[in-house]
Amino acid sequence: MSSFSKSPWVIHYDASSCNGCDIEVLACLTPGFDVERLGVINTGNPKHADIFLVTGAVNEQCREVIRNIYDQMPHPKVVVAVGACASSGGIFADCYNVAGGVDSVIPVDVYVPGCAARPEAIIDAVVQAVAILERKRKEMDAETVSKEVA
Amino acid sequence: MKASLHAILYLLAAPLIGGLLAGWDRRISARMQSRPGPPVLQPFYDVLKLLRKENVVVRRSQNFYILFFLLFVMFTGALFFAGADLLLVVFALTAAAIFLVLGAYKASSPYSSVGAQRELIQMMAYEPMVLLTAIGMYMVTKSFQVQDIAAHPTLLVLALPGVFLGFLYALEIKFRKSPFDLSSSHHAHQELVRGITTEFSGRALAMIEIAHWYETVFLLGWVYLFFASIPVLALAACLLVFLLVILTDNVFARLKWQMALRSAWVVAIVLGFGNVLVLSLLPPP
Repeated sequence: MSSFSKSPWVIHYDASSCNGCDIEVLACLTPGFDVERLGVINTGNPKHADIFLVTGAVNEQCREVIRNIYDQMPHPKVVVAVGACASSGGIFADCYNVAGGVDSVIPVDVYVPGCAARPEAIIDAVVQAVAILERKRKEMDAETVSKEVA
Repeated sequence: MKASLHAILYLLAAPLIGGLLAGWDRRISARMQSRPGPPVLQPFYDVLKLLRKENVVVRRSQNFYILFFLLFVMFTGALFFAGADLLLVVFALTAAAIFLVLGAYKASSPYSSVGAQRELIQMMAYEPMVLLTAIGMYMVTKSFQVQDIAAHPTLLVLALPGVFLGFLYALEIKFRKSPFDLSSSHHAHQELVRGITTEFSGRALAMIEIAHWYETVFLLGWVYLFFASIPVLALAACLLVFLLVILTDNVFARLKWQMALRSAWVVAIVLGFGNVLVLSLLPPP
């Protein structure tokens, strides 16, 4: 079964991005790239989402928001840090209010380089994220089996 | 015997046909926005994926209501295709919708509560017209039984042009398509997050989706009744109506709920009740 690879639904959150990466994320959904042809839907609802796209560095105010969205997503779920700031804090890393990249709050599975990240790179990240979703689902199944055996 | 066969056929085939229609809907909509769009089988991929997601609930009982929503939608369609009483079908459909609303209220989040309220407003908007459609069909065929209406020798739409147009209006509301996608929108608009479906994930969302497929086939079956004496024309009419729904979905912006309610009742009174009034003064031969 490869149902995850055919229908990855994403939720996009702007941590404290300059909007550069946000616009590139949205560009993926426009007629030029149209990720819906790969089954991607931008849900805007964590409970429907499989992939969490975060743009921008994490500041002290949005730490809780990111954790909250992440916790509301049903398993299996994958986090993609889009752009240099989301990956490491980027040029804002040393600011007094910046906590760092997304991985300072929640576990990140895929990092997308670039300032701003190119739509092609974001689509590639989603494709890689889908493979990780499939793997995580298998791990979930293995866990329930091992619980039943025990 | 034949009736139960039709009902069983509906229960088996409707999810397949409904799912394919939903796939075409997404593809045609995409083409209208000059995008390639997803594969036609996309709705099936989505549901298969949802079934494999973790089951997250606010309250355990919320998914129980959704199960009953699905069962009642299946019951409604099965009654209809078995040729039962049209009034009973209308009330079974209402019961199904109420279960969805109860499930959304049970989840007690502000988003799903607003979605549930709006769903109730939408029900208020389309119910009068749906009832008038049943009454109009009775006035022409002298029967509420779907099998008698389907077997009527004349083309129902000729005696019921107003009721037919009014029913199309109600259909737009029932399908939750723009301009009436108030309670929850099918395409990924994000206002009110996802309205009535906000708190449902995984298996429950898959059940809502499958119920929607059943509903689509049942409602198009009702369109068929208007043209039932010429089956080829009736099938063509169902397809055209479905394309019309997709077209309006893509060209109109969303209405406010006040406007949706008001316009639906005006349509029901002028087209629906007007048509029924004319029929009662000039009975069809």
